[in-house]
Amino acid sequence: MTRVTPRRVALVVALLALVTLPVWVGNSYYVNIASQILLFAVFALALNVLVGYGGLVSLGHAGLFAIAGYAAALMLEAGYNHLVADLAGIAAAVVAAAVFAVLALRATGIGLLMITLALGQIVWGIAYRWAGLTHGDNGVNVATRPQPFGISLAGATSFYFATLVVFLAAVVAMALFVRSPFGASLRGTRDQPQRMNALGYNVWLIRFVAFLFSGFWTAAAGLLFIYYNGFISPQVASLQASAEALLMVISGGTATLLGPIAGAAIVVIMKNVVSAYVERWNMVLGIIFVLIITFMPEGLVPGSVRLAKLGWHALRKQAGRANVEEPAR
Amino acid sequence: MSQYLTLAVNSIAYGGLLFLLSAGFSLIFGLMRIPNLMHGSFFMLGAYFGVSLLARGVNFWVAALASAAAMAVIGAVIERLLLRRLAGQELAQVLATLGLSFVVADLCLMVWTGDPWQPATPPHLQGAVQVAGLFFPFFRLVIVGVAVVIAIALWVMVDWTRLGAMIRAGVDDAPIARVVGIKVSQLFTLIFALGAGLAAFGGVVGAPYLSVYPGLDGEMLPLALIVVILGGTGSLLGALIGSFVIGFLYNFGQALFPDLAYVILFLPMVVVLVLRPQGLFGRVVP
Repeated sequence: MTRVTPRRVALVVALLALVTLPVWVGNSYYVNIASQILLFAVFALALNVLVGYGGLVSLGHAGLFAIAGYAAALMLEAGYNHLVADLAGIAAAVVAAAVFAVLALRATGIGLLMITLALGQIVWGIAYRWAGLTHGDNGVNVATRPQPFGISLAGATSFYFATLVVFLAAVVAMALFVRSPFGASLRGTRDQPQRMNALGYNVWLIRFVAFLFSGFWTAAAGLLFIYYNGFISPQVASLQASAEALLMVISGGTATLLGPIAGAAIVVIMKNVVSAYVERWNMVLGIIFVLIITFMPEGLVPGSVRLAKLGWHALRKQAGRANVEEPAR
Repeated sequence: MSQYLTLAVNSIAYGGLLFLLSAGFSLIFGLMRIPNLMHGSFFMLGAYFGVSLLARGVNFWVAALASAAAMAVIGAVIERLLLRRLAGQELAQVLATLGLSFVVADLCLMVWTGDPWQPATPPHLQGAVQVAGLFFPFFRLVIVGVAVVIAIALWVMVDWTRLGAMIRAGVDDAPIARVVGIKVSQLFTLIFALGAGLAAFGGVVGAPYLSVYPGLDGEMLPLALIVVILGGTGSLLGALIGSFVIGFLYNFGQALFPDLAYVILFLPMVVVLVLRPQGLFGRVVP
């Protein structure tokens, strides 16, 4: 069973690189960026369940992300312990995902996108305007990080490992999900909803469950986010945050495991690098969006593969032609 | 009592502005199937153009029309150069317009800074009108008047002219409209330009009332969305009624439940989605 394939080797190398990252990166600033990449990768993977495998493009996922974060942060502020607060955050986000799903699944395609956008704006509106609950623009502070099994996560490195654990759990969950019959049926509802219906599958229910699954992992990312930043504000729920998450999924390549992870890395690194030199991150984000959609609509990972293949074929063709022409001369 | 009447007048004025914003959005979505996520940006950019002209002493209506014309040209260029390339790929079009809206927002921040601009109400439109012992700000009534005139003009255009007949044909069945010789692709550009121009016009007319500030685009876009979801896509009557419903909810919500005003705004959308997904005046698209 344990044959050595290039895929397995790559997997082991990647895993080793991730586990030893704090050692070879050294500087805690870069370790923190790695934590950011991993936590946004969890978010992007969660969104990819809907966008990639379900064909349901949600533009309100930052709302779910923020609901988990706000619920946990407010519970902590009220004096509950980390476990209760985190469970409450996840529960709140999953319930919200169910509400989103019931409303948004009245439509598909563009209609769904518009409804999720509007729902995301509601969450933003509550976070921003309902100052009595959420402290409005001032946001909510998260004073401490949890200490699972007595291990302090206050340092950059220990927090990185905690994030890595959640990230790996998410990747395993996604891999299992993609291979499971449920993953196959979700892809079926994306490609051929009517045939799936005729085959006796409950298309609505499959999509609904996919929403909950996506909501759960979005919540996990939201919790990591508040512990990473120690703070949450309405900005987290904005349309721009939803668009950024979607950009991660699309730029990396939808309906792949690696795509959203690569996309999260690209966006987080770009954001940190670009905002160090210029103030205009929004403009850069917008321009990347337009460029990717116009020239590489299938995402950077499959897109680069396609371009490389094209280039390779062109080269071989030329070489082939040269070979053919040779004897004629 | 008089407080509620004032609120009602404000609501109608706000509804009028929303109609200017969402009529174009509804037509663009109805005809081209593009939920144009730049529509809030058209509104804001148009308002900034107008405010800059006003600051140079240009007449209010001239500034509004000039800004609308400029925005119409920009809209047409975007449609021709970008959206046309993505024809048939709805999702790509949505995301491209979303990306452009970020670019526009950032450009506006660069050019007009983060401070809000609130032009003075033009002198000949200042003052209040006394009706039945109550005073109403004249400018708000002017906004309502302008919106009604434009609504009637649009209705006449869509329902009574040859151009309107072609638009309706394009909305109903674009391939067949093409077959009978209607240049649907030119109509697309025209409608997109018209929608952009209307939004810009609304932005300038609304500027003395709403003021212009960064984030105005993100605030107006969801409003246009709910108006259209509420009224039904491609329906001008739906956009008109939806605008006034949202105008009332917004103003009364702000006054009575300031914390939840933004949420109340979305409630009718939720109800309509559950009970009548195609919108109040929308038709079921097979």
